[in-house]
Amino acid sequence: MGKTLLHKTWEAHSVRQLPSGQTQLFIGLHLVHEVTSPQAFQMLRERGVKVRFPERTFATVDHIVPTDVTDRPFIDSLAEEMMSAIEQNAQEFEIPLFDINDRRQGIVHVIGPELGLTQPGMTIACGDSHTSTHGAFGAIAFGIGTSQVRDVLATQCLAMDPLKVRRINVSGALTDGVYAKDVILHIIGQLGVKGGVGYGYEYGGDVIDAMSMEERMTVCNMSIEGGARVGYVNPDQTTFEYLKGRPHAPADADFDRATAWWQSMASDVDATYDDVVEMEGRDIGPTITWGITPGQSVSVEGTIPELSQFEGDERKSVQEALDYMGFAEGQSIAGTPVDVTFVGSCTNGRLSDLREAAKVAKGRKVAKGVKALVVPGSQQVRAAAEAEGLHEIFQEAGFEWRGAGCSMCLAMNPDKLKGNQRCASSSNRNFKGRQGSPTGRTMLMSPAMVAAAAVSGEVTDVRSLMN
Amino acid sequence: MENESVRKQVVGRGVPVRGTDIDTDRIIPARYLRTVTFENLGDHAFEDDRVGGGHPFDEPNYQGAEVLVANANFGCGSSREHAPQALMRWGIKAFIAESFAEIFFGNCTTLGLPCVTASAEDVQALQASIEANPQQDVVVDVDARSVRFEGGEIAVSIPNGVREQLVSGNWDSLGQLLDADSEVAALAAKLPYATSFATT
Ligand code: SF4
Repeated sequence: MGKTLLHKTWEAHSVRQLPSGQTQLFIGLHLVHEVTSPQAFQMLRERGVKVRFPERTFATVDHIVPTDVTDRPFIDSLAEEMMSAIEQNAQEFEIPLFDINDRRQGIVHVIGPELGLTQPGMTIACGDSHTSTHGAFGAIAFGIGTSQVRDVLATQCLAMDPLKVRRINVSGALTDGVYAKDVILHIIGQLGVKGGVGYGYEYGGDVIDAMSMEERMTVCNMSIEGGARVGYVNPDQTTFEYLKGRPHAPADADFDRATAWWQSMASDVDATYDDVVEMEGRDIGPTITWGITPGQSVSVEGTIPELSQFEGDERKSVQEALDYMGFAEGQSIAGTPVDVTFVGSCTNGRLSDLREAAKVAKGRKVAKGVKALVVPGSQQVRAAAEAEGLHEIFQEAGFEWRGAGCSMCLAMNPDKLKGNQRCASSSNRNFKGRQGSPTGRTMLMSPAMVAAAAVSGEVTDVRSLMN
Repeated sequence: MENESVRKQVVGRGVPVRGTDIDTDRIIPARYLRTVTFENLGDHAFEDDRVGGGHPFDEPNYQGAEVLVANANFGCGSSREHAPQALMRWGIKAFIAESFAEIFFGNCTTLGLPCVTASAEDVQALQASIEANPQQDVVVDVDARSVRFEGGEIAVSIPNGVREQLVSGNWDSLGQLLDADSEVAALAAKLPYATSFATT
């Protein structure tokens, strides 16, 4: 009987079974950022322990960094305090820090892959729920809380309960104007925001096989929005080619040995799954969220659901979402006016995302009254985009071109919605208040659809702008 | 004397927080994550939901409550431990819900805060009973997997391993993980990406 990548990786990293029945799991790579780590370092100090494997630990800054004025000290004194804390912690505990003046700085889930730190068959942890992104490489990557960040710093291990595996096959091909973001929004819409609790998601099938690494990262990134703590794609030639030549990837003969091992970690053809779900690529359209969870979505040609389709508590949540978002049941989603548009985040802030948005922006103008932001996911993404002239396309069209960071994904930095502004966003969460205003309204969609909304001033089917 | 980490039972007044998919951004808005400690987070629990009044956390009857009773998928969203920290610092010592998001559940366990689940019917009956008499004690019996209140007793679930950790007082994972240092070193030394090919 064959095994899945999750099981193989779990076994390879299992130190022992704990008295509670949990597994003590070794973590191959620990990524650290400024928001969820200061309390963890403080706990180490209080216990008098050191970082156990500083060579397996890398830190960066992303959540709080301003993406316009980055001079120190930051204007926001709380943000400055957090910056100083991570600088001091990195120095004291001897771990490398890619800080704001380092060309390697960026969103933690963008830089891990781009530096070649993220590799197949590895266990990865980071104090951020979107750590599932790294699963695109066939890594088992967990988002963890601060006490667990402390555990990994001190022992390089986590106490974990075993996960079941659900295989999600997306067959056939995607149609024009449909992207990885639409695929994952569709999956979450089908399986629900808590459908993945207790599972790791293994994504496969023709559509996933045909995806680039950046597209796979978009899919895996939002696993957690479907309730699955871990999501992954089996490593293949696309994965190996992406890794080749990256600064932290193995080189030369090491690379060949690595490829052989990575390949061996992929799920066996006869692997058994706890559940299998089938979907068709052609059933997926440009998808947009209308509500306050990532599962409340509809295709751009669709309408907002009728309350009568729901019962009991679910009906109450739908009503709450409609009230908050200012939508009427049965209303069509296309044509919804937007005030702000945001291309960026660890979901869709990579070079290919910016290219797709730029294709739509090229030769057009941001609609009057719309504030449009483009925020590269890392300094390297920004430099690569500028080398292609993407920044000029955006700027000519009236988009603001920013520095690297999380920006308007979560409002811990100066980029925030005001009042009940409506935002077309390429990020991953449309929770109430997520983008910084307690009444701000977020609609999630692909970067191309965000750019289409920016130039039309309303939710628009991007396919109508393509020729 | 019993070890003070032991969490066989939590007894206290309840506070119902109704609604499904209550996410961590609602429990503690991101702007309060701009801090290097967890202190004072209790003051900002549910802050944005409380604007405009009517939130149970502001009801005089629920001040001092220790058992939060929620509906489905409570604590979904980010991995921020700030969420359970904020609720703990507000005074919550145990959670009962129809279901929890996984990272939230794990974060609570690391803090010694039991999370137990019950059927939607039972949770709603409990919420209604607390609303009718907020002064009653709710007994979260982790050991016996039950919750007792005025309206009777309901069966609740908690995974074996977590129950064991709470009941034995061994929920502080760090102590246990530190114990196996030589095994950790041995495993680290034989991983293919440490031996057969260099990675960093
Ligand atoms: S971009 Fe958003 S989701 Fe991603 S790490 Fe930053 S804040 Fe979290």
